[in-house]
Amino acid sequence: MNQMIIIGSGPAGYTAAIYAARAGLAPLVIASSVEVGGELMNTTEVENFPGFPEGIMGPELMEKMQAQAERFDATVIYEDVTSVDLSGEVKKVTLGSGEVHEALSVIVATGSAYRKLGIEHEDRLSGYGISWCATCDGAFFRKHEIAVVGGGDSAMEEANFLTRFADKVYLIHRRDTFRASKIMQDRSKENPKIEILYNSEVSAIHGDTQLSGLTLRDTLTGEERELEVTGLFVAIGNDPRVHLFHGQLDLTVEGTIAVDGRSSKTNLEGVFAAGDVIDPTYRQAVTAAASGTVAALDAEHYLASLPEALLQQATGAVDEGSAPASGSTLDPDGELVSLSDARS
Amino acid sequence: MSSLKEVTDANFEQEVLSSGKTVIVDFWAEWCGPCRRVGPILEQIAVENSDKIEVVKLNVDDNPQTAAKYHITSIPAMKVYQGGEVVKSVIGAKPKPALESELAAFLA
Repeated sequence: MNQMIIIGSGPAGYTAAIYAARAGLAPLVIASSVEVGGELMNTTEVENFPGFPEGIMGPELMEKMQAQAERFDATVIYEDVTSVDLSGEVKKVTLGSGEVHEALSVIVATGSAYRKLGIEHEDRLSGYGISWCATCDGAFFRKHEIAVVGGGDSAMEEANFLTRFADKVYLIHRRDTFRASKIMQDRSKENPKIEILYNSEVSAIHGDTQLSGLTLRDTLTGEERELEVTGLFVAIGNDPRVHLFHGQLDLTVEGTIAVDGRSSKTNLEGVFAAGDVIDPTYRQAVTAAASGTVAALDAEHYLASLPEALLQQATGAVDEGSAPASGSTLDPDGELVSLSDARS
Repeated sequence: MSSLKEVTDANFEQEVLSSGKTVIVDFWAEWCGPCRRVGPILEQIAVENSDKIEVVKLNVDDNPQTAAKYHITSIPAMKVYQGGEVVKSVIGAKPKPALESELAAFLA
């Protein structure tokens, strides 16, 4: 059994892992199989993470965070969590492989998932002109005319990035002001390849096998017009990834996991949450990292309050999920003992 | 390094379209993070189903003709070819169980 399992591998998950590992808790980080490193893996230059005056590439930043956690004895596994049972003193986390891992504490740092437009044909044309990742797919739109929908920093960043490839990028936004930071707005407004379409929303998507165009509706007048584009990058925000925890963890009206005040404490003892999954407002790499710190410290405090006998079972982080199939494992002296003995 | 065979614009016809086997082509690029995640998963699927399918990789930067011909606008894109025709497309990195279920018809 582990002392701590961390679900998620973005800035919140890895920072929690760094703190917990330095506290000797040998956390097990379940990083997911295909989304390791979280949202920053799909960004290019990160210019607002302190300590990197020249900026740093998102994927590189995440690799460094992972390396820092592993340096202090965090174990990172590339698996997906399929279900959790967080109610008891011993928490159970089931992976896609069927393995079950147990821990005395769990930090939920599952982040958020791209929000969809919710328009007909969106799913069908995903990957056929509609994309959520400019850095992944931008290069396929060399010399094309494309559109980005959204008004936040990610929409601005995507629009600017896409002008490296596209001849023209329409930036579609529902309102007449952006919520993006000023520096990002200015870059978009000054970019000659970007045309901003204010007070506009996508009302229909067209295309047979490939995206061919959009219908835009003016949010003030209701008037509709057609826009011929071969690419549409959707950057309208994210929704907290909470589906694993329905019925176990309390949520807020915004859909994030509810925590107690400025702490990371959920409604369940021993279960903590950090990062975008609790944050409907700020959602920055730095705030997620800070939130991960809070969770690690809260969890550490909680573990210290548990009876010694219970902690003994977890010390050394005997991990039945990866134990040999014979049901045996090595005890701290290197002797092969049966799992039931090790737990007694 | 990947153990999967790399195909190119030059040999796509021969290696994929004219192949007697079911061939899954992984369209990928060096700079695509999700492609790097899905690569090892495809390698496992290839090894575990080597009697039924062949999995090959096509670098879209080095082989733009084939990427354009199959209208690749999002990677990773995995296309299943039988008798020279695309019979299934999967877009985006997915966990192994999800990929296996998408490809189930060809792995059975």
